[in-house]
Amino acid sequence: MIVLRGRGVVGGTVEAPALVTRDAISGFGGIDVATGTIIEPRHELYGVCFTGKVLVFPGAKGSSGWSGFFQSTRLMGTAPAALVFSVMTTKAALGAIVTRVPAVVGAVPEPVEVLHTDDIVRVDGDAGTVTLVARAGESADAR
Amino acid sequence: MLLTDDEKRMRDGADGDAVAAAMDLLVRYGEALGAERLVATRNVAGTMTQPSPAKAKLHAEGGWARVYAVTNLDCDRDIEIPRMRVPTCQLQHGFAQDAAGLTSYPESSIAAQDDAEAFFSDRGVTVLATCTPYQVGNLPVRGEHCAWMESSAVVYCNSVLGARTNCEGSASTGAAALTGRIPYWGNHVPENRAATHVVRADVPVASFQEWGMLGYFVGEQVQEARPAVIGELGQPDLADLKHFGAATATSGGVELYHLPGITPEAPTLEAAFLGDAVPRDEIVYDRAARRAVYDALNAQGSSEDVDFILLGCPHASLDQLAEIARLLDGKRLHQDTELWVMTPRALRSVADRSGYTRAITAAGGRVLTDSCPAMSRAAPPGTRVFATDSAKQAHYLPAILGIEAWFGTLEECVDAAVTGRWSGGLAA
Repeated sequence: MIVLRGRGVVGGTVEAPALVTRDAISGFGGIDVATGTIIEPRHELYGVCFTGKVLVFPGAKGSSGWSGFFQSTRLMGTAPAALVFSVMTTKAALGAIVTRVPAVVGAVPEPVEVLHTDDIVRVDGDAGTVTLVARAGESADAR
Repeated sequence: MLLTDDEKRMRDGADGDAVAAAMDLLVRYGEALGAERLVATRNVAGTMTQPSPAKAKLHAEGGWARVYAVTNLDCDRDIEIPRMRVPTCQLQHGFAQDAAGLTSYPESSIAAQDDAEAFFSDRGVTVLATCTPYQVGNLPVRGEHCAWMESSAVVYCNSVLGARTNCEGSASTGAAALTGRIPYWGNHVPENRAATHVVRADVPVASFQEWGMLGYFVGEQVQEARPAVIGELGQPDLADLKHFGAATATSGGVELYHLPGITPEAPTLEAAFLGDAVPRDEIVYDRAARRAVYDALNAQGSSEDVDFILLGCPHASLDQLAEIARLLDGKRLHQDTELWVMTPRALRSVADRSGYTRAITAAGGRVLTDSCPAMSRAAPPGTRVFATDSAKQAHYLPAILGIEAWFGTLEECVDAAVTGRWSGGLAA
């Protein structure tokens, strides 16, 4: 079992499918809070919904509205299940806090390299770990 | 995190529930960042008054106090909101009365915002209602610790003014306003202000458009890092650096840059690196890079029939208003085209007094305040293709409104407003 170790930003544990991107994510102009989808046309996840997913991304970019937009996903019921990101910024830290989902920063090996979309992962925001439970398409019981 | 006695008192409720909630949020936030302590600030620029669907729900549950508790303090308890402890201003928000009826933006949101303004100004919030507080009365001094939102204002505050702020959010500014504290982390720490990259412009950068394109390139290249930019740079003015910084914070997340010989913390290139070696590897902005930026910003347009021109992103300066007025003087907008200039209300009043508004409105344009189409998610009804002189607005508005975009010079935008056709192109 692969365990990626970083630092917990927001506590709690969740197990859910991963949604992985190598592109930084913008809040304002980057996501639609009503549907929980990425709306930046040049983003590799354009049109993809992150609701209920472990969002694995390099970091937050763009407007300072980042945290407010992700907080709105919580209030509108479209939030991701957890946040796993590489670069600590004020946007991502505050965004993780107000989204109130488990969050881990700076895990090694690099989550964006190791994890793939639809892998089942467990994020432990207290321990600061991200565990690969099952590869996409594999049953979690087969591990 | 290490707290002073005063901060512990606030956390423990000596100054009331709202201040305790604010300190609790700052501690959670500071610990998430890995900050060792908080720092005092007397300059907060945040957002409380802008309506949103999520806020409407909260308002129905418990009024503006409930909205502030959740969105500005991340607190679910019912609390009274006291007067702000330190000077605090409202940044840009939704459309105001001057835009009523011009778009599908709901009248109910305009009314809700008026109501919020009354609630928060009673509690000591100064309603500047602009993304450029530094243009209208909030001009921090070098070294001042601030807690600002709005990425284009943050990068201006750090880079051009030499004050110190991270890119804060609604909750951290809300907590800072009630406590006069913000985590001592990132840009507040002197050694974190050293440049990390050298970007060299090998093409002349000496106009509003060129500064914006260079900024868009720099942001894309360095992302959240701190570039020192050298090369064939002309002397910029306020509007040039407003545009440049906004663009770096749009394609990337730049919060601090240095222009050796121009910005205050970099008298020289060496000084920008605070004694560390200047990297030998330079990122080069050449003709091909310039062309690529121009093409990227213009890849969102195919129809040359333009029905909307948006100027003033970030909010127009007085010089920009004067120039727009000069270009429109004696002209008439095409019948199918709208032109809006966004500016702070304080500058709108100077523009009224100086005849700029008259020249712009006589041509059929509008001078609007408080917001922009991207913030309010609304443009004139039926807009399919818009043109702008702002790299930031060209980047965001197509994503937000699903419309096509053209990016060009102010002159090209005014020409499109008058002819209804886009005929811009990158100057050699």
